[in-house]
Amino acid sequence: MAQLIRMDGTGHTTLAEWTAADDAAFEEAVDEFRSQLELGYIGTVPEGPGKASHVRQLPREADLVIMRRPIAGG
Amino acid sequence: MTAGQALPELASVPWRARTDARWLRRWERIWHAWTLLYTVPFVAAGAVMVWLAPIATPVAIVAAAHAWIIPELYAARGATVARPKGVRDRGAETVAQGLLGDLLDGPERRLQRDTGLALEHGRLGTWLVGEAGALLVRPGGRRMHAFCVSATEADLPPSDRIAHLLLALRVDEEGFATVANHTFAGAPWRVRRRLPARMRPALDAARRAASR
Repeated sequence: MAQLIRMDGTGHTTLAEWTAADDAAFEEAVDEFRSQLELGYIGTVPEGPGKASHVRQLPREADLVIMRRPIAGG
Repeated sequence: MTAGQALPELASVPWRARTDARWLRRWERIWHAWTLLYTVPFVAAGAVMVWLAPIATPVAIVAAAHAWIIPELYAARGATVARPKGVRDRGAETVAQGLLGDLLDGPERRLQRDTGLALEHGRLGTWLVGEAGALLVRPGGRRMHAFCVSATEADLPPSDRIAHLLLALRVDEEGFATVANHTFAGAPWRVRRRLPARMRPALDAARRAASR
């Protein structure tokens, strides 16, 4: 089961879950992903040690997509 | 670099040159020169004063103290980026710690739980990621940099703050260093002394990793 989660003040929140075979669940996850982008979150897919990708569309095949806030120099 | 690999936050700092290995080497030389520039004159002036008039020894001691204190202040600024920040919400932090642990391998996970710093191997060197910045130990372990950078949301638990920085670093290492504000370059031992005792093993581990 793939997950779309958002890092927030609670630690993290699971926004959506889907499987490759469940189109309806994936479409719901896509809608949630888009709404988070509109709120200013950034989609990131962890790809094992030392690697991650920035995504602008929800990848169906990803196991985990994490929404994070932008970073900035302090 | 493809669009998917570039850190989106780079759009907020279009005037900055990309922080690559060459940029880091140049700043290492500049910081080294500055350190000599604001220490050697104080030491030399103190020595001359004692030589010309031993009665001026107290003034020479003050000059020597300046030569010691100014580099210490810079090192303290470098160490500050790694120190823990803010209020702890234990409930949220427990959840966030679980997610951060999932992003780290076993040894790095244990090191992060013990020291509060996440060790990450990069092309520019070995990183230690904290809540409000990152330390970069350059290959060879003799030089390091400190970067001040953090997630823009205020109420995130500490481990989520680290996870934010870790993910951004993994997407685009040079972009991460470009977005961050550079606060220190110099010898790791100078920063180590200013770190909380709990965090020093992380810097030791990063130096070992960078030396390999």
